[in-house]
Amino acid sequence: MATATERLFGKAIKRREDPRFITGRGQYVDDVKLPGLTYAAFVRSPHAHARIKGINVTRAKAVPGFVAIYTGQDVKVGNLPCGWMLPDIKVPPRPVLAQGKARYAGEPVAIVIADSAYAAKDAAEAVQVDYEPLPGVANPKKAHQRGAPALFDDVAQNQSFYWTIGDKNATEAAFRSAAKVVSLSFVNQRLIPNAIEPRACLASYASATSDLTLWVTSQNPHVHRLLMAAFILGIPETKMRVVSPDVGGGFGSKIFVYNEEVAVSWAAKTLGRPVKWTAERRESFLNDAHGRDHVTDAEMAFDRDSRITGLRVKTHANLGAYLSTFAPLIPSYLYGPLLSGVYKIPTIFCEVWGMLTNTAPVDAYRGAGRPEATYLLERLMDRSARELRLDPAELRRKNLIPAFTGGPVYQTPVAFAYDSGNYEPALKRALEMAHYTEFRKEQEQARQQGRLIGIGVSTYIEACGPAPSAVAGSLGAGAGLWESGQVRVHPTGAVTVFTGSHSHGQGHETTFAQLVADDLGIPMEQVEIVHGDTAQIPFGMGTYGSRSACVGGSAIYKCLDKIKDKGRRIAAHLLEASEQDLEFQAGKWSVKGAPDRAKAWGEVALMAYLAHNIPQGMEPGLEATSFYDPSNFTFPFGAHVASVEIDPETGRVKLLRYVAVDDVGRVINPMIVDGMVHGGIAQGVGQALWEHGLYSDDGQLLAATMMDYALPTAGQLPFYETERTVTPSPVNPLGVKGAGETGTIASTPTIANAVIDALAGLGVTHIDMPLTAERVWAAVKAAKK
Amino acid sequence: MKLPVKMTINGQQHSHEVEPRLLLVHYIREVVGLTGTHVGCDTSQCGACTILMNGMAVKSCTLFAVQADGATMTTIEGLAKNGDLHPIQQGFWEKHGLQCGFCTPGMILAAYQLLERYPKPSEEVIRHQLEGNLCRCTGYHNIVKAIQWAADNMAAAKK
Repeated sequence: MATATERLFGKAIKRREDPRFITGRGQYVDDVKLPGLTYAAFVRSPHAHARIKGINVTRAKAVPGFVAIYTGQDVKVGNLPCGWMLPDIKVPPRPVLAQGKARYAGEPVAIVIADSAYAAKDAAEAVQVDYEPLPGVANPKKAHQRGAPALFDDVAQNQSFYWTIGDKNATEAAFRSAAKVVSLSFVNQRLIPNAIEPRACLASYASATSDLTLWVTSQNPHVHRLLMAAFILGIPETKMRVVSPDVGGGFGSKIFVYNEEVAVSWAAKTLGRPVKWTAERRESFLNDAHGRDHVTDAEMAFDRDSRITGLRVKTHANLGAYLSTFAPLIPSYLYGPLLSGVYKIPTIFCEVWGMLTNTAPVDAYRGAGRPEATYLLERLMDRSARELRLDPAELRRKNLIPAFTGGPVYQTPVAFAYDSGNYEPALKRALEMAHYTEFRKEQEQARQQGRLIGIGVSTYIEACGPAPSAVAGSLGAGAGLWESGQVRVHPTGAVTVFTGSHSHGQGHETTFAQLVADDLGIPMEQVEIVHGDTAQIPFGMGTYGSRSACVGGSAIYKCLDKIKDKGRRIAAHLLEASEQDLEFQAGKWSVKGAPDRAKAWGEVALMAYLAHNIPQGMEPGLEATSFYDPSNFTFPFGAHVASVEIDPETGRVKLLRYVAVDDVGRVINPMIVDGMVHGGIAQGVGQALWEHGLYSDDGQLLAATMMDYALPTAGQLPFYETERTVTPSPVNPLGVKGAGETGTIASTPTIANAVIDALAGLGVTHIDMPLTAERVWAAVKAAKK
Repeated sequence: MKLPVKMTINGQQHSHEVEPRLLLVHYIREVVGLTGTHVGCDTSQCGACTILMNGMAVKSCTLFAVQADGATMTTIEGLAKNGDLHPIQQGFWEKHGLQCGFCTPGMILAAYQLLERYPKPSEEVIRHQLEGNLCRCTGYHNIVKAIQWAADNMAAAKK
């Protein structure tokens, strides 16, 4: 047990949530059971693009256990809304169940309900849908061409939006006067998130009170409730409760409101019986929002001293067949503003075409726009170094933004004002840890022996905790970006904390309890964290964009200030001392210079509730609520270095070492932060080497199972070597920045650069990801010709 | 048509009439009500459903309940004895071998068999033996550390 005087902030404390998980007593959505439960299965379009001419349900109704079937004609609810608008954006209607036409393979066409999950699947299989297949298009650039299959009659050339950032004229001028221009055209391939827990939902409707309860695998239960109540189901928010209990990973994919939870909620209300649906993995592949999928042309201009003078970017971003909840945000404001990285780039111009295609919707996936920007920049830096005949690390060092922490902000040409940063030490340390200089010598010797080894470097900057709400609103956000916290002190001094952020693996129950216990000087055992239930928590924006600690944590912290303020007034009253003469330490208020005159935390809490002797006019009780709206994003940064060896005979890439030096500001629990960095790295390595949500040209998903979509396994990965520099964020009271996505952002270009470095001697300058054995082998073979 | 099955799970006898097509994992979760065993995929890749059947780690999504007739099984709920965590469970807790917890029951039971076969496994052996279990949160780093911790502690306990 932590003693009252021990600092808990910054300590690697074992997680409090673990005992239930390691003994099989977690409570995930699929574990919830209710009396009279029915089960749903979905009929999905097997075609990427097809007109629905008729649906015959006769055979389905004859399946034993059948309860009901509803199609797009029956489910009369609002469309699934898109929560971020860009100028002149076209938002085609996205029905809960396909209406007249299916626009991607896997789109739900009907919901079938039966008294067992097996019967529901039998009945769904027995539904006969008469489709008229139409030509489909999966590639965002091809979808833009004249004559490409049109998804919607009123969306010309399938273009949902055209968005730019930066100064076009200044950038053109920079390129005209450049001493050297380096260009790179590439695909940032589509990824499929694959949280190990498939999405699930269970809805129950109490007709006596008109209360709808939805258990759903959500990263943001209040957002689910708001969008579903206000925009889709049209019921009062007060009549809907959303519970997201233990959730088995999200990585972005569980932010969004999906067809299934709406159809299930509507069906539960209509039937008057609880309905549950749990995705099969194949359904997750087909209908969970995917990530990335950019086709990009990028160019960088340099002066005679190899200093960057400009960056020009054209990206076709694949949005899928419909706009998912936050889809437009990802390839715009979470992408363009990141294009300066940690480099001094005087002018940038970026154009993005947001394209509709016959594929599953694309939205935020771990990193969300920031990995795409970082990959672009860091691959371009590597290619530039080769063309400029400079060492890649040296070119980066030369172009870094100089340290400015404590000084004025650094204004990039793409909107962001970095508020703190000292980028060189992280790069230097990562290179040292990886023995970069020695590796270069070793590489020379290896080359002479015919061995292909390479080392890759990537720096990165991230923008976490998107904020503030007013700015987001002016840029098209349909939501605020603040977070709520509520701290309730009980008469015994025990504390319940209600947070609007949500843990689906991040360990909030530990981290936030640490934060509160540390600040109040009470044992962690007296602090309970509650999240994931709209009936208990005032409101919340949930967990995405590495925001839980910096925004959610800060909201809690602000409550503690209010609590301590009231506590001090009670203590001063009891001690007959002036408030100014009291100090709060180790869980008690004492008179400065007279430590024996003190009131302990528990005594003050009890008195707040007894109210027998509190200052005149003071309300009894001890609790506080805060809504914290940050004034800016936070900006974590760092440098990663990896080394690889390639088997020239098979093209197989072996990861030798992985070094990460990150700056995520102050760290509440280093064990948890390290864990997130590890997992992030693995996901980014997955993109670099194996993962590909590949569609055929006409829109069939070719990687729709875990057999075909290569998720990283234990045997393919090494131990990661992690260190940190600490530059506290000046934005929030905790000085924290966010650590959930750093690994994913940096590791993809690090690995790609390492592989290309290993092949550079053969003259290979680029291979599109994933750098599978086959692709690498083909590049080696082509280079040797 | 339903068929009778009888099995012992975590020391308790269960007998039911089940559809021949009922997957073992659904029998365990839905019929017996032990929800610690999870389903993460349909194709035997992820290993979230791993249990011990007659001492072997098996993927319970790849067996029918009727194939397990007469078997003796351990699920994650049966690993701790009298409230004392098994060293592998303890190792996962000590070394932060889990984040969202969903793959964890399968990982722990896969590790159980791994350590029976290789009481002093090298890092390489651990990584190779875990290839049938997917984790999307940890990057496997701390899972490997957790199993190393368990191996060391189990070896020390035998001395």
